[in-house]
Amino acid sequence: MAKKRTVRSIPQERTPVRELDPVVRAANFEEVNCGYTEPEAILESTRCLFCPEPKCIDGCPVNIDIPGFILKIGEKDFRGAYDVITGTNLLPAVCGRVCPQENQCEGVCVVGETLIPVAIGRLERFVGDLAIKNSWVNRPYIEPTKFRIGIVGSGPAGMACAADMAKAGCDVTVYEAFHEPGGVLRYGIPDFRLPNSIVDAEIEKLEELGVKFECNTLVGRLFTIEQMISELGFHAVFIGTGAGYPTMLGIPGDSLNGVLSANELLTRCNLMKARDFPNVDTPLPLGKHVVVVGAGNTAMDALRVSKRLGAKTVTCIYRRSKAEAPARAEEVHHAEQEGIDFHWLSNPVEIIDDGEGSVCAVRCVRMELGEPDDSGRRRPVPVPGSEFEIETDQVVFAIGTNANPIIGQTSKLRLNKRGYIATDDDLMTSMAGVFAGGDIVTGAATVIEAMGAGRKAARGIKAYLGIRDTGPIERDEAIFGISSREHNFVRVRAA
Amino acid sequence: MTDSSNQKFLIVRREDFSDVTFLLEISHPMMARAAKPGQFVIVMSHAEGERIPLTIADFDRERGTITLVIQAVGKTTLEMQRNCQVGTALYGLAGPMGIPSHLSDAKKVVCVGGGLGVAPVYPQARAWKESGAYVIGVLGFRNKDLLFWEDKFRAICDELIICTDDGSAGIRGFVTDGIKLALEKHPDIEEVVAIGPPVMMKACAEATRPSGVKTMVSLNPIMVDGTGMCGGCRVKVGETVKFACVDGPDFDGHQVDFDDLMIRLRRYKEEEQVAKERWSETCRMRGIGSEAVSVN
Ligand SMILES: Cc1cc2nc3c(=O)[nH]c(=O)nc-3n(C[C@H](O)[C@H](O)[C@H](O)COP(=O)(O)OP(=O)(O)OC[C@H]3O[C@@H](n4cnc5c(N)ncnc54)[C@H](O)[C@@H]3O)c2cc1C
Ligand SMILES: Cc1cc2nc3c(=O)[nH]c(=O)nc-3n(C[C@H](O)[C@H](O)[C@H](O)COP(=O)(O)OP(=O)(O)OC[C@H]3O[C@@H](n4cnc5c(N)ncnc54)[C@H](O)[C@@H]3O)c2cc1C
Ligand code: SF4
Ligand code: SF4
Ligand code: FES
Repeated sequence: MAKKRTVRSIPQERTPVRELDPVVRAANFEEVNCGYTEPEAILESTRCLFCPEPKCIDGCPVNIDIPGFILKIGEKDFRGAYDVITGTNLLPAVCGRVCPQENQCEGVCVVGETLIPVAIGRLERFVGDLAIKNSWVNRPYIEPTKFRIGIVGSGPAGMACAADMAKAGCDVTVYEAFHEPGGVLRYGIPDFRLPNSIVDAEIEKLEELGVKFECNTLVGRLFTIEQMISELGFHAVFIGTGAGYPTMLGIPGDSLNGVLSANELLTRCNLMKARDFPNVDTPLPLGKHVVVVGAGNTAMDALRVSKRLGAKTVTCIYRRSKAEAPARAEEVHHAEQEGIDFHWLSNPVEIIDDGEGSVCAVRCVRMELGEPDDSGRRRPVPVPGSEFEIETDQVVFAIGTNANPIIGQTSKLRLNKRGYIATDDDLMTSMAGVFAGGDIVTGAATVIEAMGAGRKAARGIKAYLGIRDTGPIERDEAIFGISSREHNFVRVRAA
Repeated sequence: MTDSSNQKFLIVRREDFSDVTFLLEISHPMMARAAKPGQFVIVMSHAEGERIPLTIADFDRERGTITLVIQAVGKTTLEMQRNCQVGTALYGLAGPMGIPSHLSDAKKVVCVGGGLGVAPVYPQARAWKESGAYVIGVLGFRNKDLLFWEDKFRAICDELIICTDDGSAGIRGFVTDGIKLALEKHPDIEEVVAIGPPVMMKACAEATRPSGVKTMVSLNPIMVDGTGMCGGCRVKVGETVKFACVDGPDFDGHQVDFDDLMIRLRRYKEEEQVAKERWSETCRMRGIGSEAVSVN
């Protein structure tokens, strides 16, 4: 770095990223955001001020050394950037794509006080994609222990915990109820936001670390958490089963045909590949006029999937205003570009039967924002006499989820009032050696928070089992004259 | 890609009860150990297949197997009827799912199976027998050619009433007639369990409603995951909405809204028809014997 950068001296505009044309992409499942090219990434890296006290690091739930990796990008040391990121984040290609950056790292970036903040997420994704393309892995030197760790659920929480425990030399098995691993990354988030090939690549990396995946395994029912410890020989267990259980609308007509949860729509489309029906066997209801209730990430995915499946009109109904929409800003923006109709400040009150058990319209009421509620957001209140109807043949609800009940039904683990698994500060549950994290503890949150929880639980498990990690040591190794830098994690077991 | 290639859900026995109904016994020692009456599995027969729920009709902890009894009604089940032979394996098999049937301490019970429902009611009848209850079996079929497992039920029932629509075996009539017979003869019946098509379960619930005898039914809505994540299997029970895969599949028949269930089962009618026609067409083009496809 020659001269100290200031907000005045850096490129004032954020480096744009190439995106597929909205009209073209609304008819396919290609990824919308094409990602930075190398020159674009290097240009954007020059917008970081390398703050002495980088606020962005605090904004990231797993505290990635953001200026550290951006510096490496500027130096064209992309492998170095990858090493910095993977020191804390296992899944840069995923998080760079799906983190709600505007509320996390980028939301507090100092540049953002005067200009558009540094595109941290896009830079992270650039590095993550390069790593996949070049098959970079930081395969540590692992000294095996005798410990066996069982992980329940293969979403981001389970994946992160599995990786850390494998690096600590444990024999790790991940159990997944579905026939393919990945959790929401696989069944929920569609290909145009997060291609399945990225999820595959991340799972493969875990397998290279020695993690075993056992799909088709419904823990709780096939064997219980208690049995994992008492009979299956696991020294510790991590539960990352996600939130699941969609909340119903609770209005008349919500069981009509054509009314379904976003989870069902997305699972059929993404995991079961129903968009290729009848080439695959799973059918997918194709609505011509689709209404989606809610404005979170799940709702945006349902809207945009419906559009791509050929719906003529796709309408979003949300009871608050756009400013309060919980989805990532980029997704709302992309949805608008793709021709989704937004009815902000409206709420469905009744779904209307066509006389044969299917939906034909939804009756809504307009809302206005009143006094702030407990969440600090202004409470929406219905405007009397403002009812209106939207014609529709498919209503998708994406209004949140509740705790999945299976582990609660089948174990003695203590749950909190809302049915989520109760844990202490180290994420240990009421049962010794059994840890939990991710959506099943916090309720629906984000990918990076789930990952952070998985890693935190891994630290808790290591403490519980008396495994101590030292920091990674870097070694330059020349094999056949080619220099490859390796990170070796040296692990020391306490007596 | 990771898949379950390290798992093999091997089919070790097959039996054909009729040209529409067949039995598969599948090796899965862990599931055989965990399974309880009333639970079901989700099967995927191949990688592009659909996830379909099937009741665990029997389990053998010693042999390490579970048994499914399947009726070929649409693309997936017809295809399974043709392809699932001994020595082949299923692509996916997850379970046991659902809350096991609650085995009450009733002293005298009626176990009703209609058509294919005969299979799933068996483990429960056996469990009751083992717990010392007086078990009356009521089995209904369209005709005597479709009848199966009479011997298995004889072995565990204190009384067995067979009903056929045409009178070709047992009494002529529906299972509801069998229930009425049993209720008249035994006023001290404490519980009825009925498993079969929704219309039949509805009729059974109506048959016992006047006497108020507790009547449990096992619901079969369309499912995807079977883990409580998609909400596709929701059913109306009393004033509440339940997810059959994690809150059931057993519910109080007097509380269930069967009309709602039957409407919801028609949800994918058109797509099911497309899939089935395409399948029949492919079979015809490949010149494959028509016995498996001619079931309409
Ligand atoms: C459609 C959708 C879009 C989203 N978009 C974003 C986004 O853009 N950005 C973002 O940050 N977050 C997003 N989220 C939220 C984010 O995906 C979740 O917070 C995160 O995936 C939670 O991770 P997890 O590991 O706790 O659980 P999950 O990802 O839910 O994984 C849990 C896994 O456990 C399995 N399982 C459950 N029960 C059992 C059992 N008994 N035995 C075995 N396996 C079991 C499940 O099948 C599943 O595979 C989105 C969520 C959805 C649904
Ligand atoms: C908990 C549960 C347990 C079940 N146990 C058994 C069993 O032991 N043996 C068995 O043969 N079947 C059982 N079923 C039904 C079985 O899942 C369906 O027959 C199967 O999914 C049909 O798939 P298909 O592609 O062959 O037919 P499709 O083309 O999907 O359907 C053909 C016909 O079957 C009806 N159908 C579709 N899905 C269901 C369903 N879930 N329940 C009832 N009818 C349906 C359709 O309305 C249509 O008329 C069970 C269902 C549930 C939910
Ligand atoms: S993981 Fe998410 S929050 Fe953290 S730096 Fe990357 S994009 Fe930002
Ligand atoms: S806050 Fe922004 S400018 Fe400062 S170090 Fe972080 S990314 Fe760079
Ligand atoms: S089958 Fe998806 S919730 Fe029951």
